[in-house]
Amino acid sequence: MANLEITINGKETSATVEDRTLLVDFLREQRNLTGTHIGCDTSQCGACVVHVDGKAVKSCTMLAAQANGCEIKTIEGVASDGQLHPMQEAFHKNHGLQCGFCTPGMVMAGIDMVNRLGPKLSEKTIRAELEGNICRCTGYHNIVKSIAAGAKAMGKGMKKAAQ
Amino acid sequence: MGIQGIGAPALRKEDKRFLTGKGKYTDDIKVAGTHYAAFVRSPHAHAKIKKINSKAASKMAGVVAVLDGKQLTGDGIGNIICGWMVHSKDGSPMNMGAWSALATEYVRYVGDGVALVVAETQAQAVAAAEAVEVSYKVLPAVVSAVDAMKKGAPQLHPEAKNNLIFDWEIGNGAETDAAFKKAANIVEMDIRNNRLVANPMETRAALVEYDEAEDHYTLHTTSQNPHVARLLLSAFYQVAPENKLRVIAPDVGGGFGAKIYVYPEEIACLWAAKRAGVSALKWTSSRSEAFLSDAHGRDHVSTAKMAFDKNNKIIGMKVDTIANLGAYMSLFSSATPTYLYATLLSGQYNIPNVHANVRTVYTNTVPVDAYRGAGRPEATYIMERMMTTAARQLGVDPAELRRKNFIKSFPHQTPVIMCYDAGDFGVSLDAAMKASDYANFEKRRKSSKRKGKLRGIGMSCYIEACGIAPSAAVGSLGAGVGLWESAEVRVNPVGTVEVLTGSHSHGQGHETTFAQLVSDRFGLPAENIQVVHGDTDKVQFGMGTYGSRSGAVGMSAIEKALDKVEIKAKKIAAHLLEASEGDIEIKNGEVSVKGTDKKLLWHEICLAAYMAHNLPEGMEPGLKEGAFYDPTNFTFPAGCYICEVEVDPDTGETTIVQFVAADDFGKIINPMIVEGQVHGGLAQGIGQALLENVVYDDEGQLISASYMDYTMPRADDLPNFQVSTTETKTPSNPLGIKGCGEAGAIGSPPAVINAITDAIGNNDLTMPASPQNVWAAIQAAK
Repeated sequence: MANLEITINGKETSATVEDRTLLVDFLREQRNLTGTHIGCDTSQCGACVVHVDGKAVKSCTMLAAQANGCEIKTIEGVASDGQLHPMQEAFHKNHGLQCGFCTPGMVMAGIDMVNRLGPKLSEKTIRAELEGNICRCTGYHNIVKSIAAGAKAMGKGMKKAAQ
Repeated sequence: MGIQGIGAPALRKEDKRFLTGKGKYTDDIKVAGTHYAAFVRSPHAHAKIKKINSKAASKMAGVVAVLDGKQLTGDGIGNIICGWMVHSKDGSPMNMGAWSALATEYVRYVGDGVALVVAETQAQAVAAAEAVEVSYKVLPAVVSAVDAMKKGAPQLHPEAKNNLIFDWEIGNGAETDAAFKKAANIVEMDIRNNRLVANPMETRAALVEYDEAEDHYTLHTTSQNPHVARLLLSAFYQVAPENKLRVIAPDVGGGFGAKIYVYPEEIACLWAAKRAGVSALKWTSSRSEAFLSDAHGRDHVSTAKMAFDKNNKIIGMKVDTIANLGAYMSLFSSATPTYLYATLLSGQYNIPNVHANVRTVYTNTVPVDAYRGAGRPEATYIMERMMTTAARQLGVDPAELRRKNFIKSFPHQTPVIMCYDAGDFGVSLDAAMKASDYANFEKRRKSSKRKGKLRGIGMSCYIEACGIAPSAAVGSLGAGVGLWESAEVRVNPVGTVEVLTGSHSHGQGHETTFAQLVSDRFGLPAENIQVVHGDTDKVQFGMGTYGSRSGAVGMSAIEKALDKVEIKAKKIAAHLLEASEGDIEIKNGEVSVKGTDKKLLWHEICLAAYMAHNLPEGMEPGLKEGAFYDPTNFTFPAGCYICEVEVDPDTGETTIVQFVAADDFGKIINPMIVEGQVHGGLAQGIGQALLENVVYDDEGQLISASYMDYTMPRADDLPNFQVSTTETKTPSNPLGIKGCGEAGAIGSPPAVINAITDAIGNNDLTMPASPQNVWAAIQAAK
């Protein structure tokens, strides 16, 4: 068994998990954060993407014990004060989701893309960066549009904050 | 949100919960005391079960029960059925072999369920399933349908001699043969339609709650049609009578056909919960299990011949198809390669003589059934590859050959059952040609050549049949169910509205589009309207969502119920306003007398209906109406897709540089959602054409059983799509809707392959057009 001191969506918490527990299972089963999904068992689909210390990670590829001392953000922690994050808003406005199952991972990957590469993302960059996220509903067309729009909106937000 | 009527690109009401991680999919539902199920699956494609030893497994930590097929059938659980009877051309009924939810004597594909473990945790259940010792006598296996029909092939079911399920035909055979004798030109092709896995991103799952005191079951499951599931589980599989079984399909993460069926796992879990004495039992498929247990799609081998007269008019079409149905007959497996397939072998063309022969065959592979498009992609792939190949052989432009043969007057009766009610194929062809700048393609070909690339253009003019279908018509063709839809419109005393529908949304956005019908009718804000679906305790009955039927059939039922609500509301208003019913108008949430300033607010009428203090004489209180809608015909979405590719001659790699879609879906309720449906369909069709392929080895081991081996389309495999619509309304339903869910997957594969074969100058190319296959075709053409 492993003891965890972990911050999830801004809240410090502690937990005891079996050594073999994956981060995704810990979040879903022990913390009831079921917005993080499991779509495959080979770390291809990206439905389980969360942010660990600010970086996108497939939570099925990491043991919960490895997240000891880390700050985790899941899809449930992205909106604040009832306001959708600009990336979430962009998915809504551009019809970037259908069944919704891959959506949390897509949003987390999209935000991470902007954090790493800045708010000006070309279609080509977005498509290449989505290598690790599979969607079966949208044909990606509107996901690409959503991430571009979300990135732009995040850029405006960053600029405002800087001013 | 405000008023969001018909035709508005309303943003989706359901988005917020999905975007914030608050969607509730089956595996997200937590019930205290839940136990977990894990299945022991056959590692062999064909074997006799000698012995199941569960002693060690039973003693493992947390294990409550290890159950097998003999116990399941011993408890009276019925065999899994195919719900559509098809007769062979000699009049004999199809040869259906027995399929029990857990195998009893033989296993017939890798993944066939043999036993089920119930344990306290999922990890314990999986570990114990590994410890169940099953000894097998391994038997020879066969995976290809063609091989399965050969003399000496392994036999799967005693009911199906030579593994033949049925040998069926459609059309006018003698006249077609005669037409071929008169032909000036005949084009012939061998065409294979590759085997696919639907792969909704949410894997299948079942959560059973069993209430011992009431002997009542609740099944939360990943279903496209929970009422049909309940009917089957109750009437055929004998799990529980309908009044003791509630089926809930909560948020469902995509279906694409694979979640139509009631699978062995749901049946076994319902039975096992009671048998093992647990109050809740959950099973969630892993992706690896999904590849081994979700129904696969397509897998046809065909020979097609098309006869032309000297003016390049088609005078005959003849197709011989062998369809692989896998190890057992899944629910719609007989209809998919027959009535949903061969009835479309006239395409958009006026062909006086069509004949098709279809043989369906058992093999030691996962059962095959409907996958997005179901039969219609197979028909379109044949028609449209034939048309392009014919144009090349006849030395005419593929667009002009199609235009020459288009059906131009409606209704049009084809020789293969279908009566097309409306369409204008020239308009969508023109729209697609214009959008793709077809006229200047040769310039682009030259410019690619300068870069060392082979550029090609290909088109596909598809037609499909949706909104399945008039119940009496499908009944006469062998369907075991009626294919109507139901709706109930409940108006609350405060004027808000609930729409209960038998359709099920698993990505299609019904909560938005269905609300638009109400918003449009009464001028109510969308936020005052709630769409309820997917729960047999809330919605009385329904046939669910597949075959692009939710618009054409499901919305028509809502329209009918709205008509009734409107009539009653107007009666009440006329009574209260002392006017005649015919003068009452309902608009923008107001109920007024035409040409006067007399009016009441919508909610005042609703409240009056429930207060019942002052209603017209004899009128029942309340404002709630239900309707069943049975369509009068199929609907016929049609359109034209044009694909342009660049092929690297050194590697065989194909890049789609442009993809244009011009679809005629009839009346459109929400263009944003319709475009999204087309995008998704195109991605699946392009996936089939370029990337996706199920591969078995000779022993029946599934080689492509994970996302590392089965190529799902990624964002960088696909282009931006240029989609547009034209509109000819269908007269076959009140809204004029044709359906849009499957068109993309139906129309796109031949457009892609026609483009690649144009680029490489070789018509002989099989899907998927992987770099390896394309490279080989380039070499063969040299």
